[in-house]
Amino acid sequence: MAMNRRDFLKASLGGGAAAVVSGGVEARPNLEPAPQAVGMLFDSTLCVGCKACVTACKEVNDLPPTIVGDDVHYDSARDLSAQTFNVIKVYTDGLQTTKDAEVDGYAFEKRSCMHCVDPGCVSVCPVTALIRDPMTGIVTYDVDACIGCRTCMTGCPYNVPQFDYDNPWGALHKCEMCNQKGVERINKGLMTGCAEACPTGATLFGSREALLEEAKRRVALKPGEIYNYPRGDVRDPDSYHEKAVPEYRQHVWGEKEAGGTNVMHVSSISFDKLGMPPLGERSYVSISEGVQHTLYSYLALPAVMLGGLTWLVKRNTEDDEGDDS
Amino acid sequence: MSHYQPLERRVVTVPFVIMGVIALIGIYYLVERFIYGMGAVTNLNDGFPWGIWVVYDIVVGTALACGGYALAVTVYVFNKGRYHPLMRPALLASLLGYGLGGIGAVIDMGRWWQFYNLYLPWQMNFNSVMLEVGLCVTAYVIVLAIEFSPTVLEKFKADALLKKLNKVLFFVIALGILLPTMHQSSLGTMLIAMGWKVHPLWQTLHLQPFFAVLTAFTMGFAIVVFEASLSSVGFRRDPETHLLSGLGKIIVGLISVYLVFRFGELVVRGKLGLIFAGDFASLMFIIETALFAYPLAVLLSPRGRENARLLLFAAVSMLLAGSLYRFNAFLITMDPGPGYSYFPSLPEIMVTLGLVAIEIMIFLFVVKKFPVMPREERGAQSAA
Repeated sequence: MAMNRRDFLKASLGGGAAAVVSGGVEARPNLEPAPQAVGMLFDSTLCVGCKACVTACKEVNDLPPTIVGDDVHYDSARDLSAQTFNVIKVYTDGLQTTKDAEVDGYAFEKRSCMHCVDPGCVSVCPVTALIRDPMTGIVTYDVDACIGCRTCMTGCPYNVPQFDYDNPWGALHKCEMCNQKGVERINKGLMTGCAEACPTGATLFGSREALLEEAKRRVALKPGEIYNYPRGDVRDPDSYHEKAVPEYRQHVWGEKEAGGTNVMHVSSISFDKLGMPPLGERSYVSISEGVQHTLYSYLALPAVMLGGLTWLVKRNTEDDEGDDS
Repeated sequence: MSHYQPLERRVVTVPFVIMGVIALIGIYYLVERFIYGMGAVTNLNDGFPWGIWVVYDIVVGTALACGGYALAVTVYVFNKGRYHPLMRPALLASLLGYGLGGIGAVIDMGRWWQFYNLYLPWQMNFNSVMLEVGLCVTAYVIVLAIEFSPTVLEKFKADALLKKLNKVLFFVIALGILLPTMHQSSLGTMLIAMGWKVHPLWQTLHLQPFFAVLTAFTMGFAIVVFEASLSSVGFRRDPETHLLSGLGKIIVGLISVYLVFRFGELVVRGKLGLIFAGDFASLMFIIETALFAYPLAVLLSPRGRENARLLLFAAVSMLLAGSLYRFNAFLITMDPGPGYSYFPSLPEIMVTLGLVAIEIMIFLFVVKKFPVMPREERGAQSAA
């Protein structure tokens, strides 16, 4: 059934799903990347699962570590939560002997806000509590605006926004790419906490453009040849390390998915196995906004309808004198 | 002389007390929710941010409260004045249902103390379907209150005010038809942004608002038939079968249109096979469709329409069909990916039941004390 959903939705979104009815309802196109979009590139084949990024993220965001049982040496967060905005998850299959192999292998995958180019959360939020920065494309959260309706969570294709249900004064929590009020690492010219902490360059910071270029270069490399992997900021790396090129999937996740993301992933394992959602190129909110704005453009349609209804009701109540209207 | 009369019966009855107990249990858990947070009473999680408080109290509850809307369209747009006697009970049920929706929204709001941001123009996001729903539902609750106010004014003999109100009521009624059309369709549009998480059998993209309005209508008419049948049994009044059978015909038309488009969409997008996939979603779809088909079968024949019992069965089936359609799309077959599951907790269910109990208690109180029910005129065919 999961396959059905995946195949079907890809097909229907890929090729003009608009066909059925309402030829008048035009979806707007996907939003374009912000002019100075910044982002991250996560290369699953470089990740060794040390979770330094998880700890760094918690330091930047002043969050408590997640402790499970007696293991106090490691942050044991298994998934995103109101206290974990960035997490490393593991893919395993069969004997789990070979890194980055789909069969009998294992691989690491980072989960954090993808900072969509056409973010669902921003589109659906009624009170503008989620904001896509017009220059950097970073999606931040305004706690003073948020009413806690959690529509953003339903509109996020990646299930990223996390609500703090256990707190009666709870709020929404997600990665704001270290650029939230009071932190503003990107504005200060720093890189994200997780990219800075990553010892292998599995999480790389930079402009979306430069990262996409790097990602495309990597997947085009011949497996086995030696590549000099940068660390830190792709435009000005702290250091490099040489490593044999793995067998990359010919797919940069986030180049096009639902309009693309500023946080992109490359991997040797197919992305659906790594838990990425079934997305076509069209963002769902471009469709819902299209429907919504067709129906409500300048409130013209409702105004005309109200005029017609008022006339009809007036006519149909006039012969109906009096006390029971 | 009004066409409506209070029933003037005893208010505190056994059912009323039972409702009261359910309401108190609900209120107890509500207090917990506000003291300890939503996690203490609900099974909500980050894959299922919306549980029954949203999907029942708002998405399904407001559709069940569409009786006033559906009847207003019939009476005022299609000028079928003979249905007027059903209007007030329908309006009262709508007001209570939407009131419940509004209360449900606040209860479910994680940051309810900032709810007013929804009404600040500089905070509004005009791309948001949820904004449209929030504003429109608020406006409609006010409109329903005004539409229902003649009943209260009559009771307290505020004739001068009533006269003034009657002069502008036509505009309020028009608004009362426009607003539900707007936000009921938007409830469907919200499913578009939920994207791949909505099962393909229910993810109809551009058709979502259309199906949402259609089901709101069918549920609206069904609740009118249901309430009228039930109150004629419960209060031992003359059944209004002659009026209700006419509504039956309208329901036949609406369900037919719904089914044609519903299956048309599945055919055009090549999803028909999913019905026979033999999985949980296909089962839910088949049950849902059967619930739509049963009233169609019953109401197609004049005999079915004139039989009070069959009419009631058809209405119940229709209500379940529309409710299941929305439950399926928003919750039951909604799949946010591996690792997430949701089933409402007992406290969550009790809060919803408690709210419904309060709604019914108010309904019973008002129809007994205020001129809501159509005056019994033996032999008279139409009151309007």
